[in-house]
Amino acid sequence: MNDRAKEPLKPVLNESGIEVKPLYTQVDVEASGGLNMLGQPGEYPFTRGIHRLMYRKQPWTMRQYAGFGNPADTNQRFKYLIANGQTGLNVAFDLPTQIGLDSDDPLASGEIGRVGMSVDTLRDFEIAFDGIDLNKITVSLTINGAAAILIAMYLAMAEKRGYDVKQLRGTAQNDILKEFIGRGTWIFPVEPSIRLVGDTIEYCAEHAPKYSPVSVCGYHIRESGANPAQEMAYAFCIAKAYADDVIKRGLAVDEFAGRLSYNFNIFGNLFEQVAKFRAGRGLWAKIMKEQYGAEKPGSMWLRMIAAGGGGGLTFEQPEVNIVRGAYYALISALSGTQTMALCSYDEAYTIPTEYSARISLRTMQLLIEEMGLTETVDPLGGSFYVETLTNQMRQKMEEIMAEVDAQGGIVKLVSEGAIQSKVSAQAYQMQRNIESGAFPKVGVNCYRNEKEEEHPVEFHPYNEEDSRVQIDGLNKIRAERDQAKVSQALVRLSADASAGRNVMPALVEAVKAYASVGEMTNELVKIFGRYQEPIRF
Amino acid sequence: MSAEKSVSTIRRIKVLLAKPGLDGHDQGAKVVVRALMDAGMEVIYTGLRQTPEAVARMALDEDVDVIALSSLAGSHIPFCAKLKPLLEANHLQDKLWVIGGNLPAQDHDTLRQLGFKGIFPTGSKFDAIVDYIRNNVKDSVQ
Repeated sequence: MNDRAKEPLKPVLNESGIEVKPLYTQVDVEASGGLNMLGQPGEYPFTRGIHRLMYRKQPWTMRQYAGFGNPADTNQRFKYLIANGQTGLNVAFDLPTQIGLDSDDPLASGEIGRVGMSVDTLRDFEIAFDGIDLNKITVSLTINGAAAILIAMYLAMAEKRGYDVKQLRGTAQNDILKEFIGRGTWIFPVEPSIRLVGDTIEYCAEHAPKYSPVSVCGYHIRESGANPAQEMAYAFCIAKAYADDVIKRGLAVDEFAGRLSYNFNIFGNLFEQVAKFRAGRGLWAKIMKEQYGAEKPGSMWLRMIAAGGGGGLTFEQPEVNIVRGAYYALISALSGTQTMALCSYDEAYTIPTEYSARISLRTMQLLIEEMGLTETVDPLGGSFYVETLTNQMRQKMEEIMAEVDAQGGIVKLVSEGAIQSKVSAQAYQMQRNIESGAFPKVGVNCYRNEKEEEHPVEFHPYNEEDSRVQIDGLNKIRAERDQAKVSQALVRLSADASAGRNVMPALVEAVKAYASVGEMTNELVKIFGRYQEPIRF
Repeated sequence: MSAEKSVSTIRRIKVLLAKPGLDGHDQGAKVVVRALMDAGMEVIYTGLRQTPEAVARMALDEDVDVIALSSLAGSHIPFCAKLKPLLEANHLQDKLWVIGGNLPAQDHDTLRQLGFKGIFPTGSKFDAIVDYIRNNVKDSVQ
């Protein structure tokens, strides 16, 4: 026997703080609560999947995040991705659009079209989605602060092209509470921001009942430093805050909950992530059924995109991110997600090229075509380890949610900056652990290349000319549109906002009159004010 | 050592850490704030969406030793190009200007020409940032 074999085993904790044993048996499953929450796929509590046949019937939607420059540039990238087998679109907007600035706003200078596509008016959406069949390709808008405006724009664009908005599918991210925690594209203070989310849910429930107006994001909370159990628990707290706002308006839970969806992250320990998703499905179903009295199964479904993995990718040895991405896709497939997207290997550096985006797409396609991931539902179900961990992760999430409630609720904690401070302290500790080597990262704190090679990354070119083209386009629209109609719509928007009425009908009217994102945002800022970020360490 | 000198040598290094432009990625900025505070420095963190004018004004008002930017969304060069003349107009050219974040190697020479001598791209270690600041801030402070 060597020395190592004589040493007692060091305890291993996963990121969520659960001790991981070297072996699991039936005894562990029973001790963690048994299989009471397991059920069958497609049946309450949906731990094994929200549908009975899952991918056997239809594989996950593939929806790479894409967008840059002017809408015409982005339209080309969309068509390229669709031609390569992508089945949905996930639109990236530039920062001015995300925070409600027109392209000619001085604050937008230098940022137009840089991290996503630039949008000022309905005309930009007409160009961006030109030639794309919105019944075949569902579109997800990664927009938050300005979400109400862009949802109105999307619905107006579809209507103008002759689609029946009542049948239109698609998603907006529209999760403002997580923007206050991480990502930072807020505009208005917390309370009116939640109200705007409520307005979109209420409006879509009636006018676009198949459209998903909100995708609640654990994703960015995880990127900001939360562990996997916190990621899901905080997202559920946030979803409940939106649901509560809508219920206060008199809607029944089954009138809107079926269109709530989620966005979660996929980097980290494989088993912990799979258990996170399985646990989350059961917990969300239980919350909706027991706390909200939901009766329709669809209201209890944790419908999601399991995506990205950006926080797990490394700047060092970027080509190794292709392999990480493949494992993240595997996690996502084993988790029973509805939609998948992968960060491309070069995304720590730049906007993905067509080449790197295609590698991500092929990674997901290979799981479908070659690896048998679509044949059997919940293939890890029944594993002593996975079932034990699923129970433990669910209990962990319940504890975190109870702690949030005991401290006054998620809205209060986010308003005070308390969640931000907590996850940022964890991010700091994680970075310290990576620097010390306590938390291994291949290529970063172990297996480093002796000499850093030339990175095989091609930088996405930023075209200074894009700004001028975008601003010229906006000026042309302003000159051509019926100014009286715009003014009338903006007056209505202002009146509805200050009277506490749902602003969506006024936004749809304004968008159709080619009012700009900045003009509509400014009307709302006059009523709601601007968010002041709490700085707290 | 004179009394005056000993007082000045125990003054803590004071850092303004700003998030320039519209970029909302603040995880990196916030962990660096914590690292600098743990290293004994006084840090003023601006929060998101600072204009060049706001950064220059705060740097002057707070009388900082270090002006630090954290940029992840690619607009570092246009921002620094606007900030440089404002810092110079406020006679802050003798302060230490540093920048961190998603900064492609091909941009480093331009950033140096814009006065940002300390450049800490993604993957930089806390110790490297702390040591650089300690070694390059004018010697009137610790």
